[in-house]
Amino acid sequence: MSEAQRTPFVESLLEAAAQAQLPGSGIGWLDAARRENLDAFVAAGLPDTRVEAWKYTALRALGQRRFAPGDAQATTRAVDAAAITLPGVDGPALVFVNGVFRADLSRVDALPAGLSLQPLSQALQGDAEPLRFALSRHYREGGDAFARLNAALSGDGVVLRVAPHATVAQTVHLVFVGAAAEGDLAWHMRHIVELGEGAELSLVEHHVASGEQQHLGTQVTDIALRKGARLRWVTLQDASAGSTLVRHDSMQLDEDAQAASHVLELGGALVRHDLHATLAGDRSRLETRGVFVLNGRQHVDTQMAIRHQALGTASDSVWRGVADQRSRGVFRGAIVVAQGADGSDASLSSKNLLLSGQAEIDTKPELEIYADEVKAAHGATVGQLDERSLFYLRSRGIPLAEARAMLTAAFCRAVFASLDNDALREHLDHQLMAHLPSA
Amino acid sequence: MLKIENLHARVEGKDILKGLTLTVNPGEVHAIMGPNGAGKSTLGNVLSGRDGYEVTAGSVTFNGIDLLALEPEERAAAGVFLAFQYPVEIPGVNNTYFLRAALNAQRKQRGEKELDSMQFLKLVREKLKIMQISDELLHRAVNEGFSGGEKKRNEIFQMAVLEPKLAILDETDSGLDIDALKQVAQGVNALRTTERGFLVITHYQRLLEYIEPDFVHVLAGGRIVESGDKTLALKLEEHGYAWVADKDPALSGASA
Repeated sequence: MSEAQRTPFVESLLEAAAQAQLPGSGIGWLDAARRENLDAFVAAGLPDTRVEAWKYTALRALGQRRFAPGDAQATTRAVDAAAITLPGVDGPALVFVNGVFRADLSRVDALPAGLSLQPLSQALQGDAEPLRFALSRHYREGGDAFARLNAALSGDGVVLRVAPHATVAQTVHLVFVGAAAEGDLAWHMRHIVELGEGAELSLVEHHVASGEQQHLGTQVTDIALRKGARLRWVTLQDASAGSTLVRHDSMQLDEDAQAASHVLELGGALVRHDLHATLAGDRSRLETRGVFVLNGRQHVDTQMAIRHQALGTASDSVWRGVADQRSRGVFRGAIVVAQGADGSDASLSSKNLLLSGQAEIDTKPELEIYADEVKAAHGATVGQLDERSLFYLRSRGIPLAEARAMLTAAFCRAVFASLDNDALREHLDHQLMAHLPSA
Repeated sequence: MLKIENLHARVEGKDILKGLTLTVNPGEVHAIMGPNGAGKSTLGNVLSGRDGYEVTAGSVTFNGIDLLALEPEERAAAGVFLAFQYPVEIPGVNNTYFLRAALNAQRKQRGEKELDSMQFLKLVREKLKIMQISDELLHRAVNEGFSGGEKKRNEIFQMAVLEPKLAILDETDSGLDIDALKQVAQGVNALRTTERGFLVITHYQRLLEYIEPDFVHVLAGGRIVESGDKTLALKLEEHGYAWVADKDPALSGASA
């Protein structure tokens, strides 16, 4: 490895690795996987913008920063209980503060039948063998730096399993709190979610800030939906305005499995979200709905990749982006309908709104079809608020700022209409409104 | 109430209004008629404050204040309402929500107390009855999927709720069949009071059969070339706009 790649970022994380007492250390295969991923991370460093997947997101500034290895006080930091509750979400909850599990804030007593939910740190204390496949993954792509880093340094996260044919009626709440600390911290979480055959689950992933900070959080999530399983998954990302958050989600859907993912991106300074889904079983279906609302100098990059691999699979994606001030939004939606995935249906819409001359949004839908009788539609636009609509509202007495907010909200709002949790949908609406340029 | 003096206005570098003078007093209905390109719509747009219209000379005062110095929303709060020739569809914004936001924004600007949802609903029900409009329109997005007639009736309904001092109807009759035209005219007539002034801009005399004007003005070449009572509209109908130009050959053609 060349010395040139040893940026302050890499140095500080190497130091972190040397000091860390990660849960599960001593398990031979896990130690080996962590070591190999760390070596791969150090060897390649952070990708630059010549790597296609990072074309619009420069990591040079991040590479110059240093992060402390972990928060020794994470288990005692005060967190406002109101900040970690959500309307319509009253099921079991796992809460992590700066990457550390907080039993005192979590709700895991009296889990409903068929649901198994525990922090990874605890799961590793028992029989770790069922986790071996997930935690032994190697990331080989040049752009996978954060997944490598995560594999090397994550010691906690969520292990969630729903037994075959179990329906979990309550919504499970996963809360990730970034709490103000003495310096900039890096935390890494690894999640494993599996729904057995015919199982049903509603899940809320919630990123929230407790005080201003500039931490780095990385998260890798594997979701497996067995035959006929159904997942409703809502992500509310309201991390601290100064923080960096990198999420890498992989989802596999077996025969007749269905997933609906609703994502609202509001917070963070630098946010990257990879959502990779494989429609592996016949007739599996995926719906994705996402909105990002950016201001200041926020940079949010969403990379969605959907692979149709089986007969009669369907994916339907609707994403809306709004960028104000000097913010930048990136959306890439890549859909591949592989050979043999005949009779599949893929649609993708990415519409975006620039509220300022200095904001930028790059959107790139990609569609590759190698199968027969495929129905596919995709469209992407970047535009501004319609002047005629603005004037119409103003001519009725609505001041310019309020008129802009009204039209912008209307632009985003329809995206979450398909969310069936009314209280939660209203909350997302409310959060959305609160982040739009105020009236 | 409205005093337009020697108004000159330009759109995209082209002079459209060239010295228009007009006074509207409370309770009066003034019809502005004229051929295509005479500057009729420009007049409505200049008065309501649309971007892209440059006033190069003249003045417009509304109850003593300089109307041209106000933002569009301030003009609305001052009591000026424009019924659009082409009402805009706004998907995602509910009609009731929009109208309440508009009314309360105006009230706020005037230093009046905002209406809560109960008070607003009561007001809306009253106005629906006067306008003979079904409340189904209220639950839809602003003008989205409305027929031509529904859009125009929605304009008049908004006027009824916002209760302006001066209403400008910009070719409200365009694109309407006779039944829709009658309904719209009925709505307008229901809103005529001794305090409210109307500026009815139209190409055809037809609308004036149902909304009877106190004054009729002929706009040609950016100026008012003829004024009279409602019989002027009938004369125009009979002789066509060429007749006006013939009366004053200096005004025929496009040159100023």
